Amino acid sequence: MHELSIAMSMVEMATAEAARQGGAQVHALHLKLGPLSGVVKEALLFSWEVACEGSPLAGSQLLIEEVPVVVRCPECRINRTLVSIQNFACPVCATPTPEVLSGKELEVVALEIQ
Amino acid sequence: MSTPRLVQVRENVLKQNDVRARALREQFRAAGVYVVSLVSSPGAGKTMFLEKTLAALSSDARVAALVGDLATENDAARLARTEVPVRQITTGTVCHLEADMVANSLDGWHLPELDFLFVENVGNLVCPSSYDLGEDLRLVLMSVTEGEDKPRKYPTIFNTADVAIITKMDLAVAAEFDSDAARQSIRAVRPGMKILELSAKTGAGMDEWLSFLRSQAKED
Repeated sequence: MHELSIAMSMVEMATAEAARQGGAQVHALHLKLGPLSGVVKEALLFSWEVACEGSPLAGSQLLIEEVPVVVRCPECRINRTLVSIQNFACPVCATPTPEVLSGKELEVVALEIQ
Repeated sequence: MSTPRLVQVRENVLKQNDVRARALREQFRAAGVYVVSLVSSPGAGKTMFLEKTLAALSSDARVAALVGDLATENDAARLARTEVPVRQITTGTVCHLEADMVANSLDGWHLPELDFLFVENVGNLVCPSSYDLGEDLRLVLMSVTEGEDKPRKYPTIFNTADVAIITKMDLAVAAEFDSDAARQSIRAVRPGMKILELSAKTGAGMDEWLSFLRSQAKED
């Protein structure tokens, strides 16, 4: 489990951005998280609290937007949202879908600052 | 008191590792060295597989290996028996290898003098999936005793690897291993994934693996 080191990287990124914004206080961090990122949401939420302790971000919120895996169906010739990462197949026609377009996100989208 | 405002950042948290990995990838390409990394759960047989691979390749190719473990230099010592340059990366408490660990371990090795570099990751089916190491080929190893549904339990690591290697085939009968079920499971989480079955111990399937490796390296 390495969510703590990831949370610490996020605290660093937020602190640096806050400094660029004239030393503003960070109220919340908006994160985009994909199922193929290798990071578990609950573990990250817990680690966030630990990582923020004693830092300028103490008490700030981590707001996670979970995004799905998007695949390309070679049969339907259209992008589809995957229902489960245990089955890489088109939810409509069941054709296997090796082409993954998105779903690995671990992205700091924005900061709410004051 | 002013109202909070939203500042767009749009930055990948693992950007640093990705950038480092891309730089490594360019370095490897420029030096003409084909890099293969190995991931698996602890005990799946990475080191034995790598030992046999290094021994087979070293007769007509210049090879080297990096091995990651939390502690001990045992794996590197085992691989050193092949008389191939091997270095141990001891991570302490870190459960996976990252690009900068690989980069820092290359000091003193002249990459253009190598044909193949192998990087054995820490035994862990979860965390390594997030970290690009700059490799050309990522192998995920799974042994016949781990259960045919392993890939469905760990879809991300299979999805981020290129080739699945089913190891310890010499135990397949005793373990009542269902090859079809395992293949189905692998293809459910990674359609079209190349699958190889072998036993590093007996040598069965190793020739096919080596041919595949050599043809991949030629293509690059």
